[in-house]
Amino acid sequence: MSILVPAAPRARSRFTPMRAGLYLLLLVLAVFYLTPVFAIIVTSLKGIAELARSTVWELPKAADLSSYSTAFTALAPSFFNSVFLVVPATILSATLGSLNGYVLSKLRFRGANVVFTLLLFGMFIPYQSILIPLVQFLETINLYGGIPGLILVHVVYGIPICTLIFRNYFATVPRELLEAARIDGASVIGIYRHIMLPISIPGFVVVMIWQFTSIWNEFLFAVTIAQTPTQQPITVALQNLAGSLAPEQNIQMAGALMAALPTLLIYILLGRYFVRGLLAGSLKG
Amino acid sequence: MATATAQPVMVERLSRSRSTRLPPWEKLTPLLLIAPSVILIAVFVYGFIGATVRTSLVRWNSALPDYTFVGLHNYQRLFQLDRFQADLVNTLHFTAIFLAGCIILGLGAAVLLDQRLRGTLFFQNVYMYPLALSFVVTGTVWRWILNPNSGVNVILGNLHLDFLKSGWLTDPNTALNSLGIAAVWQMSGFCMAMFLAGLRGIPEELREAARVDGANEWQLFWRITFPLLRPITLSAVIILGHISLKIFDLVYVMTFGGPGYATDMPSLYMWIATFQQFLYARGAAIAIVLLLMVAILIVPYLVWNLRGETEQ
Repeated sequence: MSILVPAAPRARSRFTPMRAGLYLLLLVLAVFYLTPVFAIIVTSLKGIAELARSTVWELPKAADLSSYSTAFTALAPSFFNSVFLVVPATILSATLGSLNGYVLSKLRFRGANVVFTLLLFGMFIPYQSILIPLVQFLETINLYGGIPGLILVHVVYGIPICTLIFRNYFATVPRELLEAARIDGASVIGIYRHIMLPISIPGFVVVMIWQFTSIWNEFLFAVTIAQTPTQQPITVALQNLAGSLAPEQNIQMAGALMAALPTLLIYILLGRYFVRGLLAGSLKG
Repeated sequence: MATATAQPVMVERLSRSRSTRLPPWEKLTPLLLIAPSVILIAVFVYGFIGATVRTSLVRWNSALPDYTFVGLHNYQRLFQLDRFQADLVNTLHFTAIFLAGCIILGLGAAVLLDQRLRGTLFFQNVYMYPLALSFVVTGTVWRWILNPNSGVNVILGNLHLDFLKSGWLTDPNTALNSLGIAAVWQMSGFCMAMFLAGLRGIPEELREAARVDGANEWQLFWRITFPLLRPITLSAVIILGHISLKIFDLVYVMTFGGPGYATDMPSLYMWIATFQQFLYARGAAIAIVLLLMVAILIVPYLVWNLRGETEQ
């Protein structure tokens, strides 16, 4: 993946005005992107008394962790709701995507391209266009209101992107590998289990990181479907925190950090795979 | 994964040779394997879109369903509403600044990162981490930064740049652009990643050859690099454009459409009309208009990608 590994620096590292100018520009951009992190840090570590207007951007005199404990108490239940939503939804949608990707790349049938295109369209639609019947349907099958319904929704609407990533992944597997297995008498499912599944672990990593991040961060389905207050995912709870529970800015910022932490950690630890998902699916939201 | 070069998006080329020949008793297995997904998408995407179209054509504008057919009446009413007219203008205005911001910042950052300086990987990671966050987190933090009383205005005041102070989200004239700042902050890294992948896919020999022919770096960029990035730019415009048309979370969190209707968008108004005002038919009509706007952008793109594949 060329983007992830920058080309080796041109050997010389002599100081030139040109080079200094480039670094200055890089730094200016970095300041823009890091300002919100700074805002979270300086605000969440302050007590109420220190939130005065003139000092908002100054570092706290002493770290006051009280806003973190308040935010944690308020958000911990929804944090775990999100975990219980994200884990099964990610595993299920990745599994379906892997099967589809295998079929659509290696076992192509007449009309496979049309099926693939019709599947793909599903990831671009504004979900508002299916929201009304979706809510009615979930009410009918008694899954409206909480996490189980959201799991179903994320599995279904995750199918297109998971299929796309796996299809692209399997397209790079040499056909000879499959032919050889066929000659040895392996069945379609046998080839999947013994060849495709084991070599698609990197594909699974990309898909699962992508799905984990998307579902963790998702808001429209969450705010529409998770009506039961004890069943809210963290995005909804964070939004409600600003509304009613704790309007103080330091608590909101601590909550924002808590909501961001899992996906941020994934980005820091497994960023390369995250970027692959990003470019393969090339969209978010 | 070789998604990097000319078309960074979507569809990996399949090899030209015909797919594996299956013995007759195995012909059905592939179909059975994808059947669950195909059925789910058929119902949850296409069936539900059909149901929404139907809802947009009936009288159902209260909590109780009323399936009396009224034709296109809901659409006629919708386009006469001041609020919806404002929504359409807003969504186009927002899309324009969002696209401009993401492309300028994304291309600028990509070109900077492609200069082979030491430490670029660090900067690359810094420019892209917002992509891992939710719009709700972004909205929460930027709501604070753009708060006229406590946020960036304080810094501007300390720097004696008072003329740059603004009401940001609270002023109807600046609210939409302020929303755009937060959106560009979050999504420009995506544009940068696409451009960077494109830049690194351009062979160095090509640029060396142009240098040998006496081109300076400026000419090199505009005559060689930029034209080669055109397909990527088109992809970025389509993907970001459709994200922009659908934007919901950020508006919900930062302004909820206000002040007045200054930042209202079809995506948000659909939700408010349906789930707060119980105007189901109106909500459905907004949803279908939104779907059509997105489809105008996306359908040619999907066809283009797939045709590229079969022409191979």
